[in-house]
Amino acid sequence: MLSEGGSFMKGMVVGGVFCLVLSLLGSFSPVTESKTDGNDHHHHHVKAASKDELQQLSDSRLQKLTDQLQVYCVVMVQPKSLVYWATALDTWTKHCDKAEFYTSEASKALEAIDLNEKDDWARLRKALKHAYENAGDIRWFFVAQPNTFAIIENLKYLVLTKDPEQPFYLGKAVKSGELEYVELNSGIVLSYEALKRLVNVFQEEEKCPERGRQLWKLSDDKQLAVCLKFTGVFAENGEDVHGKGLFNSKTVDSLISESMKQNPSNVVEGCCADLAITFSGLSANQMQVMMFGVYRLRPYGHDFHDLLTFFPPEGSDND
Amino acid sequence: MTGPRNLESRTKHVKQTWGKHCHHILYMSSVKTDFPTVELNVSEGRENLYWKTIRALQYIHQHHQDQANWFLKADDDTFVVIENLQYILSKLDPEKPLYLGRRFKPFISQGYMSGGAGYVLSKEALRRFVEGFQTGQCTHFSTIEDMALGKCMETMKVEPVDTRDVKGRQTFHAFPLDHYVIRQLPRPRPWHMIYDYYEPNEGPNCCSDFIVSFHYIYAVQQYVLEYFTYHLRPYGYSYRFRPDEI
Repeated sequence: MLSEGGSFMKGMVVGGVFCLVLSLLGSFSPVTESKTDGNDHHHHHVKAASKDELQQLSDSRLQKLTDQLQVYCVVMVQPKSLVYWATALDTWTKHCDKAEFYTSEASKALEAIDLNEKDDWARLRKALKHAYENAGDIRWFFVAQPNTFAIIENLKYLVLTKDPEQPFYLGKAVKSGELEYVELNSGIVLSYEALKRLVNVFQEEEKCPERGRQLWKLSDDKQLAVCLKFTGVFAENGEDVHGKGLFNSKTVDSLISESMKQNPSNVVEGCCADLAITFSGLSANQMQVMMFGVYRLRPYGHDFHDLLTFFPPEGSDND
Repeated sequence: MTGPRNLESRTKHVKQTWGKHCHHILYMSSVKTDFPTVELNVSEGRENLYWKTIRALQYIHQHHQDQANWFLKADDDTFVVIENLQYILSKLDPEKPLYLGRRFKPFISQGYMSGGAGYVLSKEALRRFVEGFQTGQCTHFSTIEDMALGKCMETMKVEPVDTRDVKGRQTFHAFPLDHYVIRQLPRPRPWHMIYDYYEPNEGPNCCSDFIVSFHYIYAVQQYVLEYFTYHLRPYGYSYRFRPDEI
């Protein structure tokens, strides 16, 4: 009786341990630090260049950097949010060197690249692969949803002195357990090298499954971080010269409200960066208001003597 | 123009934002406080607004008329970009009887300026306003402050100025930005533009880049507009509107 119970217990224990090991393996994302040529970026933030740094560069070098600095905007849309889609088309995306709209299903109202895909992660993969294959000379990629407002000029300023042949994966970097990832809702920046590595790891179903792991379904932005990690690319927080975050997952109103509580005697300076890149969660009307607030509204006589010049897009009347 | 009830909820935020850009700023109320507020011999309430305004302008004329060439009356829910107002005023002569703001057409044949959008009197216009009340040419014939003041201006031969920019876009606004700048299909004038003297535009051409004012701006929005005007900008952007370059 005792020996029967004993082997039963042994069996239970072995079975239990086996089961535990299997389930842990299912959710475990091993960090393989693949050795790559060039520098691996293990700092967690990327700052814009300071005025001093920029002034060190010759005019011709600065001009060359500006001319080569082009951004491909990957805008993930869906017909159910048609108003945001139309507003993004009419506002900030006009400032991208190339803006492509990738949709889950075709819409009769607006043109987009129809990925015919309902799964968020599978759709993001397809969009990124398409962007990589159609990049032409463009070396910087910005992924966003249509209710995010992005100031592309400020994005260019952030990455101006960064080499796109190095892997960069930037935005609002947050941590979820062990995983550091860039939130999609505040926009994701990828350099050409990062995107190249990503597209290559897409072939490896073990590391980067197309439908995501069944046992532990991660959001698309987390999946992206997991796949990039396999290629030695890590999430970094995009900041200004003072260390202030440039990518915001909230609206200006929301951030100002918070600042009124936290810094009542210094609300505006305590809130948001002057050269902020994104705000998110905006209504369609708020995006039109932002377009005016960013590209038009200013006090007469204030000149900034910026070291770069960006020209307004052709055929646009609201900037 | 303010009152004891609004100091914490509204006027405080004006003081911390655009109030700092004025050469001098006075907060007019019925009660003297350490805010600081000036005490005028009036009661609070909408029906007393014109009396408050009359007393305020008389006070300014008596104590401060030599401190400035131009006098801006605004409410505690107005947002003003002083530099853009200065840009307009720099082309005008303060010794002339001039009156600026968001021009409305009803009731007064030469029109009158919206109270909430803020209006400006030249030094000479202020003198004539005070003189009007001294001589009885102007009276408190109505409690509707902006319209009644407009009548006095007309009586005293003070000229209304067209404050639109060189592209015909408005600078003073009687409502917040979202009432004007959102694209609309062509439609008959909406209710909030019915009074406009000059044909208003809806959508991006509503408003000048060099905005002077908005109305119905409370607390959070004061700081939001301050952020948009003076802080948030696209680096290196070559703005389209350059009125000084031909």
